[in-house]
Amino acid sequence: MALNARKFKDRLLTYVLWSSMILVIIVLLSILVFIVTQGIGAISIEFLTQPPRNSMTEGGILTPLIGTLQLIIVSMMFSLPVGVCTAIYLVEYAKEDIYTTTLRLAIRSLAGIPSVVYGLFGLSFFCILLRFKPSLLSAGLTLGCLALPLIVGAAETALQAVPQSLRDAAYALGATKWQTISKVVIPAALPSVLTGAILSVGRVAGETAPIMFTGAAFFTPGIAKSLFDEVMALPFHVYVLATAGTFIDKTRPLQYGAILVLMALVLGITLIGVIMRAKLSRRDYLM
Amino acid sequence: MKDLKATDFIAKITISTIAMIGIFILIFILFFLAKEGIPILKSTTLKDLLFGLYWYPTYSPPEFGMLPLIAGSLAVTLLSSLIALPISILVSLFLSEVCPKTLRNILKPTLEILGFLPSVVLGFLGMVIIAPWLQNSFDLLTGLNLFNASILLGLLIIPITGSLADDAISSVPTDIRAAAFALGATREETISKVVLPAALPGILQACLLGMMRGVGETMVVLMAAGGAAIIPESLFDPVRPLTSTIAAEMGETPVGSPHYHALFFAGLLLLLMTLILNLTAIWIEKRWRWQWR
Repeated sequence: MALNARKFKDRLLTYVLWSSMILVIIVLLSILVFIVTQGIGAISIEFLTQPPRNSMTEGGILTPLIGTLQLIIVSMMFSLPVGVCTAIYLVEYAKEDIYTTTLRLAIRSLAGIPSVVYGLFGLSFFCILLRFKPSLLSAGLTLGCLALPLIVGAAETALQAVPQSLRDAAYALGATKWQTISKVVIPAALPSVLTGAILSVGRVAGETAPIMFTGAAFFTPGIAKSLFDEVMALPFHVYVLATAGTFIDKTRPLQYGAILVLMALVLGITLIGVIMRAKLSRRDYLM
Repeated sequence: MKDLKATDFIAKITISTIAMIGIFILIFILFFLAKEGIPILKSTTLKDLLFGLYWYPTYSPPEFGMLPLIAGSLAVTLLSSLIALPISILVSLFLSEVCPKTLRNILKPTLEILGFLPSVVLGFLGMVIIAPWLQNSFDLLTGLNLFNASILLGLLIIPITGSLADDAISSVPTDIRAAAFALGATREETISKVVLPAALPGILQACLLGMMRGVGETMVVLMAAGGAAIIPESLFDPVRPLTSTIAAEMGETPVGSPHYHALFFAGLLLLLMTLILNLTAIWIEKRWRWQWR
């Protein structure tokens, strides 16, 4: 091919690639800007500290906000220990046998299961079989199952990044395997593990489908006081306000406000996780 | 010394046992979906269930034809993939091949963070922005339809597939790019003839994982797809995919009724679809993905 034609194709591709990236960033950022500009007017101290009132046409979002935090705590109480132990098993103990292969395959499969299917599972297992009813506990555990593969993945990467020489040094000092893991490997990997946990909190906080029939309530008069109470959750609250409210058009400011808070919460948590990860990746374990 | 050995042993047993929970959750999910879903076959036949054209679960007698729901799921997944996957690949090529390093250090995390945008937010935007716009500019009965949901799903897929495909392309060693440049190839020739073929399995895998996300996404289709259980004939027909059917109807369905079992069967179908996509992606990784040193 003539040199000019080749150069032309080259330049064309460069333009196409630049413009596709710019297009994507513009579209996604304009979503953020739109929600911020629409929602900022609704945000006030009252909005954040008052429960919804008057069939949710007035008041704030305190109850759903606290509910979401409660769900995050319950889900992490389950998925963090289980996920970290699974990762420790995979990195430190596992032999390449059929059991390990099955475990890896199971975790990968869990990561791909649709969130609404987790909801069905939570309904039939936690709510009905274990008699937890639709409650904070059922919804939190359902979210915990959803977060498990994310935490395992992050913790596995974190543990693998701990240099073998650290383990060798511990063994050379006469430490047992568990001493090596608990006193050397885990402390070295802890910051990265927590970073992974933060990112999965970001995922959990924004999920709606898994909690719709496992414990998220349309409306509760107050904050859930026990694990067996139903909770309001911010993402579900947004859905309810937008589709099932009494005066959908009149409550638009409330809806944008709730969406802005949800988005700020989720993207804020994620941003912290991403920044922490970037800092950690520059850290040298052997310093 | 004896204590240390005992602790070591106990720790090993405890951790191995806890690690099994993941396998149990997967088995439980499969078991409970099957246990609650299979009984629908007592009320209707498998053929009517999969190929029946009418989804009227609350009529008497009820009809549980899932073909419109399956068609809805496939339609949104295919259309959103058609929109999102080419853009994702272009974006990933930009990030790995063209983008200056400092810019990349900002853009890649930004893309990743935007992938965390809660789907209920996107669904809301579909209702308040895209729907009125579609309705006015194309003179439609409703703006909540297949096209609306597919655009939004596309926005969800792009960060995921874009980021994963970038990982795959970036892992192609610089050496072979340098070799191509040394032979006098332009960047376009290097990308299309060297980098893309080398990264193809990884890109394919990224696309499959993006599609998997599309099949399973619930809130976007629940809010923006219109919710009519018909087989779509045009881009602007409302659809009711499996996910949104489950989400919309599960709340009002009595436990143990045929409708309840039918919804679990829909969940089973969804699970199978995503498992197939997921296992194909894993298979591609095992079989085809090059291990660069």
